[in-house]
Amino acid sequence: MDHIFFFYFAAVIATTSVLVVALRNPVYSALALLIMFFHVAGLYVTLHAEFLAAVQIVVYAGAILVLYLFVVMLLSIKSEERYHNQLPVAGLLGVMLCTEIILLLIQSRTAASAQAIPADPVTGSGNTEMVGEALYSTYLFPFEVASLILLVAMIGAIILAKKDINDQVQQ
Amino acid sequence: MTVPLSYYLVLSGFVFLTGVVGVLIRRNIIVILLSVELMLNATNINFVAFSEYFHNVAGQVFVFFALTVAAAEVAVGLAIIIALHRTNSSIYIDDLNLLKR
Repeated sequence: MDHIFFFYFAAVIATTSVLVVALRNPVYSALALLIMFFHVAGLYVTLHAEFLAAVQIVVYAGAILVLYLFVVMLLSIKSEERYHNQLPVAGLLGVMLCTEIILLLIQSRTAASAQAIPADPVTGSGNTEMVGEALYSTYLFPFEVASLILLVAMIGAIILAKKDINDQVQQ
Repeated sequence: MTVPLSYYLVLSGFVFLTGVVGVLIRRNIIVILLSVELMLNATNINFVAFSEYFHNVAGQVFVFFALTVAAAEVAVGLAIIIALHRTNSSIYIDDLNLLKR
């Protein structure tokens, strides 16, 4: 049963990620990425990371992708006619990484498969509680730094995108 | 019977590879940023798979931070694209050769 779900999600993720790169119209690319985000969230649910699945849908599909679509429609871009002529470099990189994946697969077949650490049977709390506890105890300082990064990004985006902000300050 | 870890690694490697190829062959800056999102998602799949495999919640916390950085990157990147489109009226990277002219 796990295998069925995994192969469904993996097939859709692989197909849509190829479509993101291959489709000429940026709007179609963004919508393919939206489908991919939903299936990645499904993959997270099968991996018992329910909190991250919810965050994936809310933040990626709800906020980031809407921002992309907003900018694509704001700039009213025509679909591009041809790809960049860096295809040799891309092909070389692709072949290299593909051989790496195949080597990894062969080695994982021959080598003794590492045993998964058994789950701690004592913890009865859910996934969200565990993530929250780790976030607010061990990773408290990185959490605060992340909020600072978001603040800086917000100010930077306003400064960059606002029209003639220097003229308005000088008036 | 659970899914082996190597399946997740292959999936994430494939998605990452697609992102790298997308960054290299596309000329539209917005699609290049979408490809960067693909690469970030590939690493996130890896993090969550290892987190499940080792029963350690730290991997999920790192995905949370990667998500924060992705949101910040998108906000600043799209603001730069809008500023670029205003001055250059083009978002194709072949047209951005101001230093060559």
